[in-house]
Amino acid sequence: MSWVWFHRFGSPPWVYGFARRWAPWFGGVAAIAMLVGLYGGLVLAPPDYQQKDAYRIVYVHAPSALLSLMIYTTMAIAAAVGLIWRIKVAHAAAAACAPIGAWFTVATLGTGMLWGKPMWGTYWAWDPRLTSELVLLFLYFGYMGLRAAIEDPQKADKASAVLAIVGVVNVPIIKYSVTWWNSLHQPPTRLIGEADMAGNMVWPLITMFGAFGLYFAAVFLVRLRAELLRRERNASWIREVLT
Amino acid sequence: MSEFFAMSGYARYLWPSFGLVLGVIVLNVVLAWTSLERAQVQARRRLEMRS
Amino acid sequence: MKSDEYTVAWLVARRDLRLAFRKPSQLIQPLMFFMIVATLFPLTLTPELSRLRDAAPGVLWVGALLSSLLALEFLFREDAQDGTLEQFALSGQSLTWMLFAKTCTHWLLTGVPLAISAPLAAGALGVPLSAMPALVAALLLGSFAMSLTGSISAGLTLGARRGGVLLSLLTLPLAVPILVFGANATQRAITGDDIAPPMYMLGAIAVLGATLAPLAAAAAVRIGLE
Repeated sequence: MSWVWFHRFGSPPWVYGFARRWAPWFGGVAAIAMLVGLYGGLVLAPPDYQQKDAYRIVYVHAPSALLSLMIYTTMAIAAAVGLIWRIKVAHAAAAACAPIGAWFTVATLGTGMLWGKPMWGTYWAWDPRLTSELVLLFLYFGYMGLRAAIEDPQKADKASAVLAIVGVVNVPIIKYSVTWWNSLHQPPTRLIGEADMAGNMVWPLITMFGAFGLYFAAVFLVRLRAELLRRERNASWIREVLT
Repeated sequence: MSEFFAMSGYARYLWPSFGLVLGVIVLNVVLAWTSLERAQVQARRRLEMRS
Repeated sequence: MKSDEYTVAWLVARRDLRLAFRKPSQLIQPLMFFMIVATLFPLTLTPELSRLRDAAPGVLWVGALLSSLLALEFLFREDAQDGTLEQFALSGQSLTWMLFAKTCTHWLLTGVPLAISAPLAAGALGVPLSAMPALVAALLLGSFAMSLTGSISAGLTLGARRGGVLLSLLTLPLAVPILVFGANATQRAITGDDIAPPMYMLGAIAVLGATLAPLAAAAAVRIGLE
């Protein structure tokens, strides 16, 4: 076991090649998993006793929410690595995460609103979880806005890294808001072991979690390539890669 | 079959939700691709300017 | 020679206070802004006191936030422009403590006057006298927390184009918890409920901010000055 494979992740040309090779595979498996999960969730799973078929929104709402949080956390970790150890690939990774995370936060809020209307009678409530998820969206926008507003690319990388790290405190607030406060949003649902959900409802959900995760990996790797190209001004490896 | 699409009356919340997420999924793929293409074009231009 | 951090902080604070009192008009502006915002709501919403009272917590706290955003412009900008901030960063003394001192004086000059004069605006919005002490206490804590979180975004936007708008955009998400708990405390004070839970949260945010925000602000300023 050597540290060589770990150091490869700091090398832009190696990462670029890795991203080019693996993105299609992640994408392909993600697509299959999504179809399987959707079939399981929309067709195979039975209606819920209370919510009837409305609960099926969970099969896109929960994975979107998971992505919105996981992507922000990934972005913050990548930003911290880039800031502390001055690794360009890490900064590129953080930049690549942001737009994807923002879009899935929008998806989470949107599907949540569409689920809330029939279930709670309202599209929106200023409860802790919804409010902090909205704050997450503002944080994503602030991050991308700060990047865009700073001319020097290295300064932009570093300043937005500080912002990403400061904002990460919001992620546990979102996650635990339903346990800490009396929230309109339902508390966490146990999926395995002493599950709150029936087995044939659970496996499509877990499949969708996996599918969305793989999908993120695919799209992230494509964006990462673009960010690496933008950061490599004089490098010779670019010449080979483009021709 | 129409029962499936009706989703016990919740169709107008359920299908737009899935549509929204599908839209976000497709959009992100397209945006990522165009971002990569633009970066490649710019990188090529920088290479040409240098040589 | 490396001075004691407290001495350095005290010197920076004293300097900032002296400079601020040379231009007292700059101090009045955020306060006036708050008063205007608070009076705009009765003008545009309704003159009915009972309905205004319902909206009062939100109006007061949003007004305080907007006023704080306006005042944040003055926190670092002048010192950044005339090179003083750079001297601070290069001095070898603790930039974190210097920025903490700057933020504290900023709060003394903007947040404290706002908190103390808030009862005027609150009275006009139908808030009962019994709620005033709680309102002032909450605004003191909340404005302190807002100055601290604002110092981070002020530091981050030093090197940015159109920094002013971006400053507001960046401060807002971080200020949401302060708004939520502050407005809650004010609401509870109006209805006579126990204000301890939100006040504790405000206190916690203020303490957390006091310990961590100057570190983040110092990192941000160093990045901006590179």
